[in-house]
Amino acid sequence: MEEKAVSIEIKNLVEKWKGKEGNLIMILHEIQNHHGYVPRDISLKLSEMLDVPLARIYEVITFYNYFKLSPPGKHRISVCMGTACYLKGAPSLIEEIKDLLDVEEGKTTKDGLFHLDVVRCLGCCGLSPVLMIDDKVYGKVKKAEIADILAKHGKEG
Amino acid sequence: MAVYSKTILLKDTNLAQEDRTRDFYTNFLQKLEESSLSELVQVVRVSDIGVYNKGVVIKIMPDNIMYANLKDSDIPRIINTTIKEGKPLDDLELKRTGRQLRIVLRNCGMIDPENIRDYIGVDGYLALKKVLLESTPEKVIEEMKKSGLRGRGGAGFPTWMKWKFARAIAADEKYVICNGDEGDPGAYMDRSVLEGDPHSVIEGMIIAAFAIGATKGYFYIRAEYPLAVERIQKAIEDARTCGLLGQNILGSQFNFDVEVRLGAGAFVCGEETALIASIEGKRGTPRPRPPYPSVKGLWGKPTVINNVETLANIPYIFLKGGDHFAKAGTATSKGTKVFAVTGKVRNSGLVEVPMGITLREIVYDICGGTSSGKQLKAVQTGGPSGGVIPAEYLDTPVDYDNLQKLGSIMGSGGMIIMDEDDCLVDIAKFYLGFCVEESCGKCSPCRIGGTQMLRVLERITEGKGRIEDLDMLRRIAFAMQKASLCALGQTAANPVLSTVRYFEAEYKEHIVNKKCPSHKCSKLASYMIIQDKCKKCGLCQKHCPAGAIPGSREEGYTIKQDRCVKCGQCFEVCKFKAISKE
Ligand SMILES: Cc1cc2nc3c(=O)[nH]c(=O)nc-3n(C[C@H](O)[C@H](O)[C@H](O)COP(=O)(O)O)c2cc1C
Ligand code: SF4
Ligand code: SF4
Ligand code: FES
Repeated sequence: MEEKAVSIEIKNLVEKWKGKEGNLIMILHEIQNHHGYVPRDISLKLSEMLDVPLARIYEVITFYNYFKLSPPGKHRISVCMGTACYLKGAPSLIEEIKDLLDVEEGKTTKDGLFHLDVVRCLGCCGLSPVLMIDDKVYGKVKKAEIADILAKHGKEG
Repeated sequence: MAVYSKTILLKDTNLAQEDRTRDFYTNFLQKLEESSLSELVQVVRVSDIGVYNKGVVIKIMPDNIMYANLKDSDIPRIINTTIKEGKPLDDLELKRTGRQLRIVLRNCGMIDPENIRDYIGVDGYLALKKVLLESTPEKVIEEMKKSGLRGRGGAGFPTWMKWKFARAIAADEKYVICNGDEGDPGAYMDRSVLEGDPHSVIEGMIIAAFAIGATKGYFYIRAEYPLAVERIQKAIEDARTCGLLGQNILGSQFNFDVEVRLGAGAFVCGEETALIASIEGKRGTPRPRPPYPSVKGLWGKPTVINNVETLANIPYIFLKGGDHFAKAGTATSKGTKVFAVTGKVRNSGLVEVPMGITLREIVYDICGGTSSGKQLKAVQTGGPSGGVIPAEYLDTPVDYDNLQKLGSIMGSGGMIIMDEDDCLVDIAKFYLGFCVEESCGKCSPCRIGGTQMLRVLERITEGKGRIEDLDMLRRIAFAMQKASLCALGQTAANPVLSTVRYFEAEYKEHIVNKKCPSHKCSKLASYMIIQDKCKKCGLCQKHCPAGAIPGSREEGYTIKQDRCVKCGQCFEVCKFKAISKE
């Protein structure tokens, strides 16, 4: 990333949240929304501009599951492991995805196409088991359907 | 398009029998025709009408009259009396034991949540107006006391008391926080309210702020609920434009404004002191209480934290009066509770019921029993901090105290139905695993106790349990309850304790006989080929990762138990159900 672009982006953000106490988490949310993760050079810059030690920023990033330190895959798969989905067989869906894509939880496939996350309750328990790829929600998913679902997203590239 | 004055919904609610609605439907249409009403009355066959096993059922809208167990011969009476004259027929009417009562969800699905005028059209912000212009903070707290409203976020602390404590402290700034972190996995009550009726939560918050003398409020909402965040944000802006937030609200002397802060995927941040740390931009680790937030909260100032559902009740209380609100419920628990009923239940969804209703009414009358048709085994309430309630106690009236007596808690409203196929040891392991992962790690009873307990449960489900383990579980649980810093650790053992309490035999079956009675724990299963059913296709052999299935298409196949790693692949791939799992 170019040095200049980084500073401008951060400057705007800091400007927007300046004077609001406890702003760090909201700033991190905006950074992650934009980049899909929190890049290290941005954290460095942020530390300078907010005048807080880098360690303080990392302390916060690593505490919260939501913030990521590495770039996500092209498509994000979130498999729900909330209680309803667990009872209806979510663990076998996760196994199947791991098998098919050769990927671990929280990791990205070698080709960078898919990132697998296990999440807690997507709020549509009536449809359990549920998985979400990017913004598309799949409900009442059967293990046998996984390959097709993945293929559909894979093809879009 | 015809404009109908009545719509009749029709459904045969006995699943087992053949659908009898076809004749009934044609008959009904014909009779309507004969009375020249077919232009005015529309009959619709629906796939679900919300009641079960009550024969042919119709619901007449907009009158909202429901008739059950109908026969063709009832049709003329229905048309003559109810449709023409608008009078109900007592003998046909379905006496709904499955009584639902909508207070919190009163507007959800009825109004456009993005349009403040819709909300105002259903008396929205009228309660606020009454409070600001005609009442005083003391009177507001008094009214809340009459209502008996207790916090819906889990602990059930009386809301008026919390407000009174915060009011009593003099400070230049005070805060109100709406807890929209909704951490219980498998529950979505608060999400539905935030998305479906955001203004009622904001109105409740402004009234709370007026009562304690706060000037600033925060919504803390999980980032996983983007739509809820968007709706609340829009609602705040609209309220500001209408003079309902900001300086001199509705022309009064009262100033108050709110902002949104996002959670970031940490269950412990639902705990109030952790939530405060998180709004302050720090790691969400709890701190010891007292001092309670109502004395020393956000930025060290008096702070009231209320749950979304708690706040959504408040406008209703001030519209109808505290006494009216207190009419629904039991001696110690007033009003209603919203539950997200999920798991092995036929009609999964949100229900709002008066406190004091029995679990049986919720599960059977409202939600239609188990989805599998199998025996119900237990109901779990309170999520990872709660416990299981076995089927014997289904007739218990639901309120804070009764659930606690049974070793569970009301919690925030997750209600999971389990049937015979669910293994309670496995469930306990699931919930405990959740708390172990979400423990912030600050104090050792929770961090280490949880991990050790989880190890014991893992070994039990893998067939390596020892009989002393049951005692060990109880001992660690006791230590965690007594010594953990926050309620996460103090309650994390509840699912384990309650399953040990009610299903000790099931634990023993795992430990002593190395069997899982519901065949859920795969490490305890043994797989066998049922030779009579086996078509010798060889698919299982191909899929077995352990080479445990010798044989050929001519000789047939067997499973060598000593080589089997119990992965269950063969069981899943066999197309002829020729593999048994025991
Ligand atoms: C680990 C933990 C998680 C919690 N999660 C939530 C939550 O998601 N939502 C909530 O309203 N309360 C939650 N609570 C309860 C809050 O600490 C607090 O009691 C509640 O928000 C108070 O509001 P009420 O009095 O209106 O219930 C949680 C408590 C603990 C210990
Ligand atoms: S009980 Fe658990 S979550 Fe709570 S402070 Fe201790 S370690 Fe953290
Ligand atoms: S359970 Fe797995 S290891 Fe055992 S026989 Fe079947 S496929 Fe092979
Ligand atoms: S438990 Fe999976 S959507 Fe709620």
